[in-house]
Amino acid sequence: METFSYVKAPSIDKALASAAEAKFIAGGTTLVDLMKLSVEIPKTLVDINLLPLDKIEKLPNAGLRIGAMVRNSDLAWNTDVQKSYAVLSEALLSGASPQLRNMATTGGNLLQRTRCAYFREPSAGTPGGYGCNKRTPGTGCAALDGFNRTHAVLGTSEHCIATHPSDMCVAMAALEAVIHVEGPKGKRSIAFADFHKLPGDTPQIENTLEPGELITHVDLPRPVEGAKSTYLKLRDRASYEFALASAAVVARVEGGHIRYVRVAMGGVGTKPWRSHEAEAALMGKPANASTFKAAAEVALAKAKPQKDNAFKIELARRCLVRSLKTATA
Amino acid sequence: MADTLDARMKHLRSRSPQNAKDGLAPDRQSIDLEPLAEDPGKRGFTRRSFLSGLGAAGVLAGAAPLAAAAPLVEPATEDQTDSAGTGNVTLRINGKDYALRNLDPRATLLDTLRERIHLTGTKKGCDHGQCGACTVHVNGRRVNSCLSFALMHEGDEITTIEGLGQPGNLHPMQAAFVEHDGYQCGYCTSGQIMSAVALLKEPIGESEDDVKQAMSGNICRCGAYTNILAAVKQVRSRA
Repeated sequence: METFSYVKAPSIDKALASAAEAKFIAGGTTLVDLMKLSVEIPKTLVDINLLPLDKIEKLPNAGLRIGAMVRNSDLAWNTDVQKSYAVLSEALLSGASPQLRNMATTGGNLLQRTRCAYFREPSAGTPGGYGCNKRTPGTGCAALDGFNRTHAVLGTSEHCIATHPSDMCVAMAALEAVIHVEGPKGKRSIAFADFHKLPGDTPQIENTLEPGELITHVDLPRPVEGAKSTYLKLRDRASYEFALASAAVVARVEGGHIRYVRVAMGGVGTKPWRSHEAEAALMGKPANASTFKAAAEVALAKAKPQKDNAFKIELARRCLVRSLKTATA
Repeated sequence: MADTLDARMKHLRSRSPQNAKDGLAPDRQSIDLEPLAEDPGKRGFTRRSFLSGLGAAGVLAGAAPLAAAAPLVEPATEDQTDSAGTGNVTLRINGKDYALRNLDPRATLLDTLRERIHLTGTKKGCDHGQCGACTVHVNGRRVNSCLSFALMHEGDEITTIEGLGQPGNLHPMQAAFVEHDGYQCGYCTSGQIMSAVALLKEPIGESEDDVKQAMSGNICRCGAYTNILAAVKQVRSRA
């Protein structure tokens, strides 16, 4: 690991003042891991663990404000989250391990980086190493011709097919969360759908954060009255594994018909994958198996399989059908 | 696949003999003078002192890659509380304060526990948060000590397996692991026990599946899972 200088920030202002050329460190579960692999080589680490951003508060509009430093386990076990945003609690508890969830923060999870083995290979993007456009633009993508069973089928480009790994983000996409940040130019908020970027021809740019910006909190809108929500994650083992396919669904059914629905998928996209196509195919339709199947078809209609991951398309369809059944039961 | 296998093995390879002098890393010589660490000599041969003695023959030679630069461990004093940017930090571990000077910022909590403070009960497995062998408690909650820098833990209450119980005074979970034979090689055991003790206070369900899920962050290559599960269930039922 390359050495770095370490600064502990006692306040948000001090953290922002120290932020130029620096990385913020919170739980460390992604960053320390990637520093050991020489994927991340920060010159300065600004420790933000003292910042007063560890609260979960009800908003005046009946939504929920989640501080960026709220640990994944605290968020998952928060009674308001369990009661009104079950999909988020379930997604969090399906991710990583209890130890990692005790460390990982809300803000950090938004910035979780891909598990693509080529991206994580220490020499990737360097001369003689695997090509990785995310590591070093222009070096190619070794996953395209390599072992790509776990890679994405939606939102890929000729430059990158890396899967977005987060479960939390899939739930937040379905909940239409809003991300609040503070930086050198002041405060701003970002709709969840606009936060993560498709790889396109710049896979090294993963989100819309500007240099020096700090995520301060995430707001959830007020719970949809009468709606149920659920998260289903399918993977190679029952726990402590990343998704091959997952689905987050928020739905309200009245008189047997779907009156509100939000759908997002994980494990298949290069970003947390909101499916407006599936939602359009579900709205107003009877909540039954043929509706769900039709929605799953359109959700994966644009999926592009690679050599080893075509199975994900059918797996994601079935995952979505099962989740819709659960959320509308 | 290739994933991080190479990186996982790196810490084994990096144990170069250049740190070894007469089979002992410099910091090990100093630590033996510290009142903070138990003198292995008092207890006769230990597995670790025996292995350390083999250092000259190349086994575990110089097992202190991060600590070699500035090996002093001193008892805490009042004026050593500033950790920001200085590499100085006071860690509170198992109820004792350890003032560490000139700590390399790259030193993880795991490496610091093992190589600077010589609490070697906490094990280094994958070093990437994938196996759970390094599990310790920070402020009563279990974490992977390999994914955290030591400098980040000023003011935290850290508990390692050594603080949980000792021979003759075992924590009930340690006793249950012995009773149910919850290990074979033993390498994952301290992490397993730290996880098992932590889950007693977590809001998990009652079922066997809930326990399995809650223990899934700790990998056992020997496959002692059935006996580990039996030990955890026993302690939970008596809690």
